[in-house]
Parts: sequence; C-alpha cells; structure tokens
Amino acid sequence: MKRLSKAVVALMVAAFALAANAQEAPDALVKRVTQEVVGIIKSDPKVQAGDQARIREVIETKLLPNFDFERMTALAMGRNWRTATPEQQKQLVEQFRTLLVRTYSGALNQYRDQTFDFKPLRADSNSSDVIVKTEVVRSGQAPVQIDYGMERKDGTWKAYDVIVGGVSLVTNYRDEFSSQIQSGGVDGLIKALTTKNAGGGK
Amino acid sequence: MTAVFRRACAVGAFALTLGGCATTAGPMSSADPYEPWNRSMFEVHQAIDGTFIRPVAKAYNEYMPAPVRDTIHNFFSNIDDLFSAITGLASGRMDQAGHDLGRVIINTLAGFGGLIDVATSGGIPKGNWDYGLMFGAWGIPQGPYLFVPLWGPTTVRDGTGAVARAFTGPISFVSDVPTRNIMYGVAVGDARAQAEPTYDMIDKAAIDKYTFIRRSYLQRRNYMLYDGKIPPDKEDE
Repeated sequence: MKRLSKAVVALMVAAFALAANAQEAPDALVKRVTQEVVGIIKSDPKVQAGDQARIREVIETKLLPNFDFERMTALAMGRNWRTATPEQQKQLVEQFRTLLVRTYSGALNQYRDQTFDFKPLRADSNSSDVIVKTEVVRSGQAPVQIDYGMERKDGTWKAYDVIVGGVSLVTNYRDEFSSQIQSGGVDGLIKALTTKNAGGGK
Repeated sequence: MTAVFRRACAVGAFALTLGGCATTAGPMSSADPYEPWNRSMFEVHQAIDGTFIRPVAKAYNEYMPAPVRDTIHNFFSNIDDLFSAITGLASGRMDQAGHDLGRVIINTLAGFGGLIDVATSGGIPKGNWDYGLMFGAWGIPQGPYLFVPLWGPTTVRDGTGAVARAFTGPISFVSDVPTRNIMYGVAVGDARAQAEPTYDMIDKAAIDKYTFIRRSYLQRRNYMLYDGKIPPDKEDE
C-alpha cells in the first residue's frame, strides 16, 4: 500500500512537471531560448569561426520553432493577406521565413559581449497575447530594447513580432509588402521576396 | 568648413528650401511628402557612400582593434551624454538627465576623460536624448521626412536639431583649426563605422531599402520620443 502511494505521488509529480513545462510562461520561454542561443554562440567553435551553415542550423533548431511565421506574414500583409490564395500564402510564409533567417544570421554574426536583461512580464496571467520585454546592454551604447509580441496557441507561446529599439519587424515589412503589391500584385511580392532570397535584388 | 558642419548646413538648407517645394507625385507615406526628391537623394547617397565611404568603414571595423575603436567611440559618446543631459533637462526628463549627467561625471573622472565607459558597467543607462527629441517633447511636430546624402534619414525637426548640435559644440569651440578638423573627421568616421552593422542588416533585410530605412527611422524616433509608450494617435507617424 505504501509502495503504491509512493508510485502515485511520483506519477503526480511527473504529470505536474510536464504540465508546468507545457505552460512555460512567455517571459520564461524568451529567457530560456535567449540564454540557450547566447550559450551556443559563446561556446560553439564553429559559430565563433563564422560558419554560416552552423549558424543557420542554430537558428533553425533553437529560434524558429518559437516563431509563428504564418501570423507574422499575415500581419505584415495586412488587408492583402485575405486576397492571396492559399498557395500564394504558403509561398509568402516560406519566403518571408527564409528572409528572416538570413537577417537573423547576419545579426548573430554581430554579436559581441552584450548582456541581456529580462524584464518582468506585466500582463495578467490569463492573457493570451503579451509583449515580453528584454534589454541588451553594451559599453558605450544606449541599451537596446528587444521586445517580443507573443501569442498563446494550443498551450504554447509563439512570437509573432520582434520589436528592436521600437522598430517593429512586422510594421517595417508592412510598408515593404504593400508597395510591392501595389506595383505587381501578390505575385509581384512573392517574386520580389524570392529574388531577394536568391541573393539578388539589392 | 568641416564635415559635420557642412553636413549640418546641408540639413538646414534642405529644411528651408523644401518648404517651398511643390509636392507632385502622390506620396506613399503622409510623413514623406517629398518622396520623389528624397529617393533621388537616397540614390546619390548610395552612390557616394558605397564607392568611397563604406569600404573605409568596413576596413576600419575589420582592421582597427576593437579596444581602439571602443575608446574612440566612448570619447564621443561621453560628449553626446553631456548633450543628452542638457536636452533631457530642457525637456523636463529629470531621471534621464540625471543619469546622463552622472554618466558624464563618472566617465570623465574615472574613465580617463570619457575614454572608458565605466558608467554602463555600473548600471547607469545612457539616455540618448538630443535636440530633435527635445523639440518633440516641446510639442513641435516632426515635419516632413528627409533623406540627406552623407547624413542619412532625418526629419525637418531632427535635422534642425542636428544643426543646433553642430553650432553648440563642443568640437566647434576648439580654437586650433587642424585639431578641430581632425576631431570632426574622427567623430564622423566613428559614427559611420558604428552604423556599418545597420547598413549590413538593411542589405539583408530590405526589399526596398528606401522604404525600409524610412519606416525604421520614423518608428525609432517616435519610440524614443515617447519612451516606448506611444499614444495611439501617434502610432502611425
């Protein structure tokens, strides 16, 4: 009997731990992922040597699973999102994702000895849409705020916007996308993104 | 005339003459009524910067040892902090002005005249306030967006701020002309070298660099002016 209750307790603890993990708070998630990535950048000899393939791998496996690219693309498209066919939407998400990976790997190359500050989350615990605030501090520079717009979907938090020093990625691309759509339609935008990702289109 | 001064004058001249320009082609952004003109200025900037300046900035960042670059940057950053303190005070931002004044005192005394940024390590944040933001805090609207070759994105308000800064020194107070010119040169070089990672990022991220830079600049300045708490009616500026 005693053994059984011990097993039950163990099970309950395990179940609780799992549940807690599934409901990792958004700020805790940002902190964990940032520290993981910074840890890799600082210790991985390939990343240190500027190995692009390895840097992309780190981004693909560590960062990207925490982003909601469909939501990001839809937000950057604004009203035009609904005028795109499902096939066009798929291509847009794919191309936008590729573009952001390229941009991010460039940003990681610039990483020096910054320190990250994680701000306490100011939102009520039931909210499913929050902004997680972090700050990067470097000598001789004003601190740069990096905020993440995050939404809870099916129990996990995913980022749909990154706001660096007040510059929202999604807002920035809204101008870019709408001017491309204005001149060449949704297909024109897809083409512009594809060309950009292929290395052309300076 | 020195580089910064010339640049500042250019901004001022633009601010004055553009007021009389006619707006023709439909502007894409209400903040940028002179878009066709600005776009051509952006092309001029890219041609000059890409050919002559960018290679130097890249080489400087690559071959000049980081401690040397940091020391040079810290020196000018310390001067900026003084102006941040003054303009912050004039904007009624007591906390930020106090921090920046503290930074100047600490970095000047303990950081060998500003060569080492001791204050950041000590946890005193850099305020980054300036004349343009001070005008904004006084309620002066940003005015039309401008792209000035060799200077970059600005607005009539921020450009006027840059002119005010050029006139109020402290480099302009250095009486020995060669020394003053060298200081201007190094200050401009440091600023451009510091901006190189941003140029790189824009190359990678932007589909249309002009739009990307404009949106980033306006978002950034608005965010700074309101300390990140942008009132809803100012969000689209």
